[in-house]
Amino acid sequence: MNDGLKIGLGRRYRFSASHRLHSSRMSEEENRRIYGKCNNPYGHGHNYVLEVNVSGTVDPATGMIANLADLDSFVEREVIEPFDHKSLNEDVAAFRENVPTTENICKVIYQRLKHFPKARLERVRVEETGNNTFEYAGEEL
Amino acid sequence: MEGANVSCGYPPRIKRIEKHMVYLTRKLEFSASHLYHNPALSAEENKRIFGKCNNPHGHGHNYTLEVTVAGEPDPVTGMVLDLKELKEILEREITQRMDHRFLNYEVAELKGQIPTCENIARVIWNLLEPKINKGHLHKVRLYETADLYAECYRNGAHGA
Repeated sequence: MNDGLKIGLGRRYRFSASHRLHSSRMSEEENRRIYGKCNNPYGHGHNYVLEVNVSGTVDPATGMIANLADLDSFVEREVIEPFDHKSLNEDVAAFRENVPTTENICKVIYQRLKHFPKARLERVRVEETGNNTFEYAGEEL
Repeated sequence: MEGANVSCGYPPRIKRIEKHMVYLTRKLEFSASHLYHNPALSAEENKRIFGKCNNPHGHGHNYTLEVTVAGEPDPVTGMVLDLKELKEILEREITQRMDHRFLNYEVAELKGQIPTCENIARVIWNLLEPKINKGHLHKVRLYETADLYAECYRNGAHGA
């Protein structure tokens, strides 16, 4: 339907993971000063909420942009399975050299989800706690 | 104002953004039932594609609708549009039409369509857009559950 309207779909997922904010590019003291409690050497955890927003054409036969089962299994495989109940620093290769701040988590998740074959990824939003939310929509053109 | 933007060195794309635009969002809830079934497909296909949503007697949701209107506040009232007015439009166009209804059978605008969140969001857009004359409709977002929503907006519209 070409009526100049865009239809998006948002779906929320959850994962729990631990992390430690520590940058090898700074001294111990600098790390403590900048990251505060988040620099605790043993790490700490959060219940993250991930909101995935996709857009696309609504198939008239199904009324859907993408079958939710397809989106769910893709997000499950790309993000939930590798992140849930893991230490982001230790268990996710992308965070070996990349501090797992929620900003960077957004970018890593975006990279993992942008190849979803059934719809176009618009943006990802990650809530670290109910009070801290981060969004990433890819690079500006 | 455009001249000022150019002299500040903004790239031309930014010039289009209206600097004083304010976005206001009003929420409303309604409860309705629906089922997903495409008569052009076999019973088996319907089951495979729509799963539980294909239950012939339907099922229901508490929908939450967020309607975002964009505009410049009136210098006299400080309002983009009177929220009371918006509330009345939503009551008349959406609540009376959809609340405590079976969407497949009782909402004429959805006839012949599968009442997915995507399609309901577009129907809501088409109902509201011509009624909002102060500011303009920027976005409708319809939550079917707290974890699932569809949204409808003009191609190319961004922000809020």
